[in-house]
Parts: sequence; C-alpha cells; structure tokens
Amino acid sequence: MYTASDLRKGLKVQIDGNPYVIIDFSFSKPGKGQALYRCKMRNMISGNQLVQTYRSNDKFEKASLAERKMQFLYSQGEEYHFMDTENYEQLFITREQLGDNVNYLVDNMELDVLFFDDKPIDASLPIFVNLTVTRADPWAKGDTSGTDTKPVTVETGYQLNVPPFVDEGDKIQIDTRTGQYVTRVKE
Amino acid sequence: MLDLPGLQMRATLLRLIRSFFYERHFLEVDTPLRQPVLIPESTIVPLTAAGQYLQTSPELCMKRLLARGCSKLFQICPCFRKEEVGRLHLEEFTMLEWYRTGADYLTLMSDCEALLRFIVANMKSVDLPDPGNYQKKLLSKTDIESEWQRLSVAEAFGLFSPVPMAEALAKGSFDELLVEFIEPHLGVGVPTFLYDYPVELASLAKCRIENPEVAERFELYINGVELANGFSELTDSTEQRRRFGHEIVIMEECGRNGVEMPERFLDDLQKLDLAAGIALGVDRLFMLLMEYDSLSKSVTFHPCDFSAL
Repeated sequence: MYTASDLRKGLKVQIDGNPYVIIDFSFSKPGKGQALYRCKMRNMISGNQLVQTYRSNDKFEKASLAERKMQFLYSQGEEYHFMDTENYEQLFITREQLGDNVNYLVDNMELDVLFFDDKPIDASLPIFVNLTVTRADPWAKGDTSGTDTKPVTVETGYQLNVPPFVDEGDKIQIDTRTGQYVTRVKE
Repeated sequence: MLDLPGLQMRATLLRLIRSFFYERHFLEVDTPLRQPVLIPESTIVPLTAAGQYLQTSPELCMKRLLARGCSKLFQICPCFRKEEVGRLHLEEFTMLEWYRTGADYLTLMSDCEALLRFIVANMKSVDLPDPGNYQKKLLSKTDIESEWQRLSVAEAFGLFSPVPMAEALAKGSFDELLVEFIEPHLGVGVPTFLYDYPVELASLAKCRIENPEVAERFELYINGVELANGFSELTDSTEQRRRFGHEIVIMEECGRNGVEMPERFLDDLQKLDLAAGIALGVDRLFMLLMEYDSLSKSVTFHPCDFSAL
C-alpha cells in the first residue's frame, strides 16, 4: 500500500480496479488546514484522465504491473501473437490494445509488453524501427508542381509521407514516437 | 543553492527585518529548537530528534515569554514540519514571528503593511556589490503602497467558491475549496488580508465578542501565496485547554497517541491579557520578493543540493 505522502509524478496506483499513472502532482496545505495532495492521473488502459485531491489518511493500492520482453511472431485478423523471450510462453494482444504500435510491428521484433493483472495493456517499441517500402509512386523528375514529399506504404500497411527520392523496396527508418520518416537506410 | 547575488539579497532581507523590529523596540529572542512538548495541532506532524520534538513554530515559547512581562517580541528561526514538501513547502523552513501585548489582529495587519513597505523600499536602494537583476524585481507586480485588500473568509467564499462557507464547513471541504477556488484570487495586484476564520480553524485565536463562531484570525496573501498567519491571542486558559483537548482527540483518532497537554504553557497563559501574534514564512517572502516560482530556489541550500551527483 502507498500512503498520500508517497504520491508523486510517475507513481502507478490502482483505483477501482484500474491502473493509473500520476502525470501531475502538487502538494498544498492552507494555514491551520489539512495537507492536500492534488493528482492528475491517466487511466493506463482507457487513457482517460482525472483530477483528484487526496488527504493524508488516504491509502492507495499499488498497481500490479509487470514488464516482460516479448517477440512478435505473427498476426491473425485482430490478434497479434507474441512469445515471452524468457519462458517461451505464447499469447496474443488485440489490435485495439496495441493501438498505433501495429504500424511498426514486423516479424521477430522484440518489445517490452506491460501487463496489468496478467493482462497485456501496453507495449513499448524501440524508438526507431526500419521498415521496407512496399508501395511508392515513382518520382517524376522535374515535377516541381507538387509538394516536396510523397506518400508511401510500408510492409506493415502503414502509410506515411517521405521525400521524393524514396523508392519501392527501400528500407526507411521511422520514429515510433511521432510516426514520421527519419532517413533512408542503406543495407 | 542560492547564487552570490541571491545570498546577498537574502542576507539583506534578514538584516532589514531585524532593523524594522529593533527600530520599533521589539526584543529579539532565541528559544530552543528542541522541546519536550508542543502545542497540540492535528494538522501538523512534528519531526523528532533524540527523544524530543523539533519545534513546528516558536509560538509556545514566545507566548510564555509574553506572559512573563515582555511586551513586544520577535524571532527569526528554523521550524520543522514532517512530510510537508511541495512548491510552497519544505520540511525545514525559516519563520519570522512577532508578538505584542495590548494589541489585536488589526494592529498586526498594520505591522504587515509597514514591514513590507520598509523591506521593499530599503532593498531597492541598498548598495550591494553584486545585486544581479534582483533589485528590479521585488514584488514588481504588486502595489504595496496602495491600500491593501481586506476580505472576510465568508465574503471570499461568496465571491469565488461554488459552495458557501457554512456548507463547506459542514461537508468538510473547506480546505479543498479554499485552495482550488479562492487562493488564486488573493493578493493579485495588491496584497490581501483574508480575515475572520471559523473558530474551528483557529485553535489558538480569540473569538469575536459579538460573534463567537468567528475567530480574530487572518492570513496575508500575495500573488495567491499564503505568507503570514496572525491572530488575536486566546488568553482564556480554560477555553484553550478545552480546544487542545479537542485537538488531542482528533490526533488520537489518527493514531497519534501519547500527545501531552502543554501544562506549563496553559499555566503561563493565565498571566496574559490582551495580546496578538503572527507567523510569517521568511522563505516565502524571499521567494515573492525575488519572483522565484518555487520555495526550492529561495533557500540557501535545498535538500536536493545534498543528493548524490
């Protein structure tokens, strides 16, 4: 259990059966008054935010979170199958749970999966991933009418804008935090 | 950690506070930081050192001296309050307290106005070897020369709170509403005295004669920051014992057992007649003068200045 004095930015607590991370915290105490602990929190499953003020006597359950290193095996419909790289246990995470992460998943990629009560709730990818361009319109030399980027599709089905010189079959680096093109990768 | 100009400004502030009170014939005192018994206050948790408490305020000793014939007293000293850490809180902080006999809380409000005006005027003109840009600040967004705002607690709830004061007290949400809805409006442009607190929030203050529900207590606010807390002293020893007894019950409900009644203090209180006293946070005053955004910048050393590199 945590007490109010443990509350701080980044702490993960369990409220009404849901894991929350504290994203903003302030301590206040009016003269001759109670200590007040104001927390802005994000529900780690739904993403919903809430603001709550606690007092010294309030207690909090620790969120039972565990991080495991998993390898992506394959996807089947809405199910994305992973294997624990330590005990080889296999399980799947739904497309909805993975959110934007599905844009960057390729076979054998390793990532950290966050579990709450043995249920996977989030996956943290490497910051940079290299993906192959599977569809790109050829760059018409001398075409100055358009913009200086063009849309391409990569092997995961994700579409993004890249500089005109990127061709089909090229490998490009993408920043998973922003979803944007970083550079072309030579192999 | 304060830089050199900051240290010079802080030293100047301490010197000016002393000058102000010496010029007005206040006696400077120094009382023990470690004490075997404290004033029972349910909202303050003390730190301990080798079997004694570190003072949470010099109030108890100062009032005992007052009862023994001192008429005007002041002290600048460290105080300690456990687990109070935040933008405006440190577990160890510097307090200024002053006390007067034959005076009430209105006299203390006048003292506050005179003290702040004296400090700012003199800090602006003081000749320092290396003042940095600090002398251009000094409460630049606050007009301390004009008349200061005076707002009763009930009025402030009426103006700013979604719930009136009586209802807030009944529901136990007074503190939350004060912090969330009222404090941000106080001391904006000119300093504000928030005065006449419900008696249950003023354990050591005297009640208004015509309205025993209200205590003669005030808080001084500048830029939404609570800077000082003063009141007309309750000098009825029997009533004070009753209120302490109530506080001790609340403390025991929170598992704080073995809290002693400050008997020597209650005994000395019988010798005291009309009196008033006030506590002002020196680090907060320095923070406001220097226009720092957090108390951590206003102290010579902050706890993080001792953490591992």
